Amino acid sequence: MSDLRELYQQVIFDHYKRPRNRHALDHPSHEAEGHNPLCGDNVKVYLRVEDGVIRDAGFEGGGCAIATASASLMTEMLKGKRVDEVAHLFEEFHDMVTGEKPAASAQLGKLEVLAGVREFPARVKCATLAWHTLKAALDPRPGRVSTE
Amino acid sequence: MKIEREVVGAPANMPFDAARLREDFPILRERVNGKPLVYLDNGATTQKPEAVIEALATYYRRDNANIHRGVHALSQRATEHYEAARGTVQRFLGAASPREIVFVRGTTEAINLVAQSFARPRLGPGDDIVISALEHHSNIVPWQLVCAATGASLRVIPVDDAGEIQVEMLDKLVGPRTRLVAVTQVSNAIGTVLPLERIIALAHARNVPVLVDGAQAVSHLPVDVAALDCDFYAFSGHKVFGPTGIGALYAKARHLEAMPPYQGGGDMIRTVTFGKTDFADVPARFEAGTPNIAGAIGLAAALDYVEGVGRSAIAAHERDLLEYATGRLAAIPGLRIYGTAREKAAILSFTLEGMHPHDVGTILDAAGIAIRAGHHCAMPLMQRYGIPGTARASFALYNTRDEVDALAAGIEQAVRLFA
Repeated sequence: MSDLRELYQQVIFDHYKRPRNRHALDHPSHEAEGHNPLCGDNVKVYLRVEDGVIRDAGFEGGGCAIATASASLMTEMLKGKRVDEVAHLFEEFHDMVTGEKPAASAQLGKLEVLAGVREFPARVKCATLAWHTLKAALDPRPGRVSTE
Repeated sequence: MKIEREVVGAPANMPFDAARLREDFPILRERVNGKPLVYLDNGATTQKPEAVIEALATYYRRDNANIHRGVHALSQRATEHYEAARGTVQRFLGAASPREIVFVRGTTEAINLVAQSFARPRLGPGDDIVISALEHHSNIVPWQLVCAATGASLRVIPVDDAGEIQVEMLDKLVGPRTRLVAVTQVSNAIGTVLPLERIIALAHARNVPVLVDGAQAVSHLPVDVAALDCDFYAFSGHKVFGPTGIGALYAKARHLEAMPPYQGGGDMIRTVTFGKTDFADVPARFEAGTPNIAGAIGLAAALDYVEGVGRSAIAAHERDLLEYATGRLAAIPGLRIYGTAREKAAILSFTLEGMHPHDVGTILDAAGIAIRAGHHCAMPLMQRYGIPGTARASFALYNTRDEVDALAAGIEQAVRLFA
């Protein structure tokens, strides 16, 4: 039960029930669609990048509480970040939810509420779906990304 | 729900006692996340009784050798056990002859075998294959592959809101160019038992052969391929308390005899020269390479176990569990059951308002309860209902009402957590 409370923190419920930035952007400079074949969930990520800075971010779709909250929290934190910071953030987040590095070492602010995912290996893909999709949106090669 | 046939010649059984049967399954003594395991994912795979585990171990400890080639004692022993297993499968399905039983890896391979070896040579542009909207991907994709290769097309019997196939549509769907009807006996996703008698009678009246996907049926219902008169019947060992990697295809002998080999290799030939190969007789022609000998022996042990318990008794027990579970779960606010067909196997698919099935699965797992969450390899059916997936509890002979109570309590806890 304690692991469950750790996974389903109030912040996660809040972002699941009232997701931030859950909308398409009018004129996105970057977008991609991600798919988790395990559960059939889809997420689309939209970005408006100007001068190497992410000015706006949004998403559509989602799925479970973890996937939806992760997308919501991610788009919230991306605004104002430089595009060349994203690869590092992706790694930090990935290492945090997979448990490859101690949770305390992550510099992810509010996103650290998702650290509890590390105790639930079956749910890592839920937490990383939006992030993989973000990576694909910034990748010049077109195509749909999958967590598999 | 009603069960169509009583199994003929079932042994005189002890009174059904799930608590006693649980003792036969060592894994049911496991604890998960500090809680006693409540295993309700039997639609994905079933647990194995001691008799099956022991059959596998004994084979490897005492009899292991390759089959059909050795002059030595072990090879003969292994061959005898393997062929005896074929006989067990034949009797379990009610087939006329062991020649009609081909050992395969599982239902998926059985269907691919029929698709490539039986259907493909008979298909051309304008022909079609009829399936139902309830099919598992393994009874969709093999047909799509042969359709793509031949220019044939798939026709789909639609399903209504309750999860029953609209069998009256068959009259229109099975046409002069239909080469095969391929349907499941029990929906893995929502439990519907299909009206096979009607489907087969109608198809046969038009000279169309019928394949039945029995993957979800064999552990729940008595099956008799002779009475059904289906042309092909496919099932997997691991869904009926046997090992993974073994299953069987039943096919009427006249079909098998007319079918070209599916794979080439050892064990399926009579003579080989570089100029020409004579193939072995059926069923060996379809069993290229060293087969899963231990698996076949383990499968036979599993089928003997099921027969010992009694398939009618299992069906009656599961009918009671399904009725009880349906009542308990339907009373939970926000819970919606998918699949309310009049005839159902003990599979209960549901969603909870405001909760994704994955979250339900994680919360139940923390309570030691194993269910399946997702699309159940039946994405077209989920699309039909406009949902990404469901949570699914699927029952077996060793499940109890106490476990249904644990499931209901777990769901109520999930609802509270998300409130």
